[in-house]
Amino acid sequence: MNEILNFLIENEILIYLLLFTILLGFEVISKVPSVLHTPLMSGANAISGIVILGAIILIRTTEPDNYITLILASMALFVGSINVSGGFFVTNRMLEMFNKKKKS
Amino acid sequence: MEKVLFLISAFLLVWGLRLQSDPASASKGNKLASIGMLLAIFSAIIMPLKNSNSNLIWVIVPLSLSSVIGYLIAKKIKMTSIPQMVSIFNGLGGLSAVLLSFAEISKWIAFPDSYDISVVIVLISSLFIGSVAFTGSLLAFAKLDGYRWSEKLTLPFQHIVNIIFLSLIVGSSYLFVGNPDTSYLYLIVILSFIYGIFFVAPIGGADMPVVISLLNSFTGITAALTGIIFGNIVMLLGGILVGAAGTILTILMCNAMNRSLLNVIIGGFSSSGSSKESKEQGDIKEVSDSDFAVQLFYSSKVIIIPGYGLAVAQAQKLCKEIQETLEANDVEVKYAIHPVAGRMPGHMNVLLAEADVDYSKLIELEQANEEFKSTDVAVIIGANDVVNPDAIDDSSSPLYGMPILKVWESTSTVVLKRSMSAGYAGVQNPLFFKKNNQMYFGDAKESLQRLSSELKNL
Repeated sequence: MNEILNFLIENEILIYLLLFTILLGFEVISKVPSVLHTPLMSGANAISGIVILGAIILIRTTEPDNYITLILASMALFVGSINVSGGFFVTNRMLEMFNKKKKS
Repeated sequence: MEKVLFLISAFLLVWGLRLQSDPASASKGNKLASIGMLLAIFSAIIMPLKNSNSNLIWVIVPLSLSSVIGYLIAKKIKMTSIPQMVSIFNGLGGLSAVLLSFAEISKWIAFPDSYDISVVIVLISSLFIGSVAFTGSLLAFAKLDGYRWSEKLTLPFQHIVNIIFLSLIVGSSYLFVGNPDTSYLYLIVILSFIYGIFFVAPIGGADMPVVISLLNSFTGITAALTGIIFGNIVMLLGGILVGAAGTILTILMCNAMNRSLLNVIIGGFSSSGSSKESKEQGDIKEVSDSDFAVQLFYSSKVIIIPGYGLAVAQAQKLCKEIQETLEANDVEVKYAIHPVAGRMPGHMNVLLAEADVDYSKLIELEQANEEFKSTDVAVIIGANDVVNPDAIDDSSSPLYGMPILKVWESTSTVVLKRSMSAGYAGVQNPLFFKKNNQMYFGDAKESLQRLSSELKNL
């Protein structure tokens, strides 16, 4: 229990940030019209691929001969960035269709 | 330097997401968010690190390879398959988190002197949630794509089985924390994978969008958890944003169907739908090609209600063609979009946008319900549950309470449908037997083709 408490104290700023970001996330999305649910879902999905930053950092701090970690982390990077690029591109494709409409 | 870049990218991610909640700025928002992401990736590659090794090749190769793959998939995918694609992508995001946490935990085990229980607990949570998001998304994909086996995975006493599995996962995590042995780790991963399947299995195919949105927020949470471990604020921020946004979207969707999240997860639709078979039904009327065409031709106002049937048949362009023919003859044509029409909220809007239908012709639920009274013909194309009067009239219906389009208030309605089979909620639709309703059977694309040529001959 003490260790968990220590962890919370050591990461105080992070925990504050966590709380405020949750509120921010709720606030940003709560008024979105249903028209945009699909693009928003795929856009948010692309952002969740941000986990690949961890993979990059892990790869960069691993010893060059620790192949197991390197392989695991680059696999993580590989599948994660399909999520990122695919998500952004397809969201863009959807939203461009809405835009095209507005000009005509 | 990299701190400034991270700061900018965090700002871009938040601002981008903010802009994406308004139709006028959504496209810009997505671009901003993707620039933010690029910046963050770039900063992670260049930032100075303690005991940094030059393993750049391990970063660049997978990164560039998969970016191209992602681009190609996004380019080729049909707009009708967007929900399936989002669920696959989300599964990949979850898998990424699983692999990453696994690698990180293995690293911790190798150096017991730096072992920290809180870190391991956070990593195990991320491993668990990521695994559930991974297998859950894959099953959601299978259900969306209509694989039969995917609907039959439910075990008897599924909810009890799930609770047992959860306790097993907690138990093995506890053992692992006390005695960091890799075999417990494998056990946790395998149990979590199975739990992900069990979590989604009892939920009906119609509720998959809600599930995907929920699993999406799970992936966000794992990203945030790993962000804490790596001490990376952008990861934490991005992950939590997605987690919160996904949760809100999930709740919004549940509200649109007038159901609680718990009710969706327990799988209310699929189980309670069979009780209504015995209800008295009456006769249906079929309409011929020429009658249907004439009816539309001499109307002054037509509202089209598109549903998933239109999407599967890829008939959105034909729909637009008919709209133009009618408009050339001074018929006012509008589209009424139910919030959960199709397989995902907003799915219909995307499809109609693809077919170049003017944005201003799409009207939402409340406005549509006011306009039906002054409408001559309401044409329902491949939609079913969203126009089911039982949602208002019959308190025993599983649809009861869901806001629906009151199409029957228009002078007449025509339902385009492949057969008399029930919709996703598994209930019959009394609308089909109403006096002012006619049926026009066939695949949406073929039917609209017939109608379109008939209209042009008039």
